[in-house]
Amino acid sequence: MALTTRPEQRPTQAERRPSIALSFWQSTLGKKIVMGVTGLIMIGYLCVHMLGNTKIFFGPEEFNAYGHWLRVMGAPVLHHQWGLWIARVVLLASVILHGVSAYQLSRRDIKARPQKYVHTKPRMSYATRTMRWGGVILGLFIVWHVLDLTTGTTHSGGFQEGHPYQNVVDTFSTWYGNVIYIVAMLAMGLHVRHGFWSAAQTLGAGNRTRDRALKAIANALAIVLTVGFISVPVGVMTGVVS
Amino acid sequence: MKLTLRVWRQQNADSPGAMATYQVDDVSQDMSFLEMLDVLNEELILKGEEPVAFDHDCREGICGACSLVINGDAHGPERTTTCQLHMRSFQDGDTIDIEPWRAAAFPVIKDLVVDRSAFDRVIQAGGYITAPTGSAPEAHATPVPKADADYAFEHAECIGCGACVAACPNGAAMLFTSAKVNHLNVLPQGSPERETRVLDMVSQMDAEGFGGCTLTGECATACPKGIPLFSITAMNKEWLRASRKVKR
Ligand code: HEM
Ligand code: FES
Repeated sequence: MALTTRPEQRPTQAERRPSIALSFWQSTLGKKIVMGVTGLIMIGYLCVHMLGNTKIFFGPEEFNAYGHWLRVMGAPVLHHQWGLWIARVVLLASVILHGVSAYQLSRRDIKARPQKYVHTKPRMSYATRTMRWGGVILGLFIVWHVLDLTTGTTHSGGFQEGHPYQNVVDTFSTWYGNVIYIVAMLAMGLHVRHGFWSAAQTLGAGNRTRDRALKAIANALAIVLTVGFISVPVGVMTGVVS
Repeated sequence: MKLTLRVWRQQNADSPGAMATYQVDDVSQDMSFLEMLDVLNEELILKGEEPVAFDHDCREGICGACSLVINGDAHGPERTTTCQLHMRSFQDGDTIDIEPWRAAAFPVIKDLVVDRSAFDRVIQAGGYITAPTGSAPEAHATPVPKADADYAFEHAECIGCGACVAACPNGAAMLFTSAKVNHLNVLPQGSPERETRVLDMVSQMDAEGFGGCTLTGECATACPKGIPLFSITAMNKEWLRASRKVKR
């Protein structure tokens, strides 16, 4: 009697019931959710990082003390540097998951539209069009930034462990240091502007009534983060920080 | 009106295809876009050439068969279907580019006709409800709140034409799939399959080779029925909910 509503086919996702992690990673929606969550983690980090950076305007003692605090963060519950390492591991995992998802989804997207229209017109907003190469710029920047100011590998002049104030001033005393940093921060602003709003949609938090508020928050985040970060090289260039 | 048409011609799925240029001189402003193509085809047949193949059925904007990308816009410059687009939207002397839907999941069959059976398989994966068929149920047996009924209706307007896929730079079928999911998931009649519906339809959508969503919004702009971009947000929410809820 019972009639099958579905013709013979492979088992459906609900029937196969893969683990949550697997069903996320195998689905375009799930991968996008991974991007959204890791993106928001990174945005949260950027907010804290930007606020921390502004301490540079209050002199070397305060800035270096802040750098020291990052190492004892979480003490006495956490052992020396454990707080910092936890943050580093979470961030590294976020960057990797975000980047790998972005790469795999982009590959898929390009394959899904193999033939272009003869009649083309550019319409998408600026931030949307820049997500992919903007993301690549950010990825390269992150590598340079860590090598420059965390490990000191590519630092100009003598890198001094434990003296971040002087290291920052050195970096922003070179023209290329300023150019790399400012270009990357503009890319970051555009990326965060579309990224924050996108993440809200991906995680199912957007709707008609909330949209203006979400867009306003995205714009505010992008502007505050960009201006906040760029204020440091500008401060060094104008001699406010030296 | 006198028009120059540049039309995609392609013998079959395996041949390469190219744009071909035609002149049509006897076009009235009151013709629909498809009637204008009928005029072109009559002329081609009289000349002994092969007419341009294009999909159409109801010609009243409700079946979703018509599917042309006109000057780079799915269904052309107005927010309506190609069959309901009228030539008054164009100027005398215009050159109009006409192309098929472009997506890996919608291969061209001939000229402007593409194979949209991927949509059928997405529907088969979960776009149905479990209900006794045969006799119509008592209309008042299942109360539906007005707001839910309106929401379901807004999404039920989707005619499955595929303009969203054609407009999306990623060839994604998110707007279509989300319209179908939201239409049924909000209703009491659709609730027994609420979780499996969204999981299975999304997984079938992926299996068909559609791209992913980058929230560019081109789909909602192209949709002749005005399915909103937030339909995708709502489906993401349903998918997240179902992923947590379905017992493993
Ligand atoms: C500080 C670093 C970064 C932050 C804060 C960030 C943040 C975000 C957020 C919140 C999203 C939205 C996710 C969603 O749509 O749900 C996003 C999307 C994206 N990100 Fe990032 N991201 C960062 C670095 C990167 C890197 C290094 C790459 C490249 C490897 C990248 C490539 C992308 C791409 C391609 C998208 C997709 C855009 C779209 O789907 O429209 N991002 N990012
Ligand atoms: S022919 Fe039916 S919608 Fe256009």
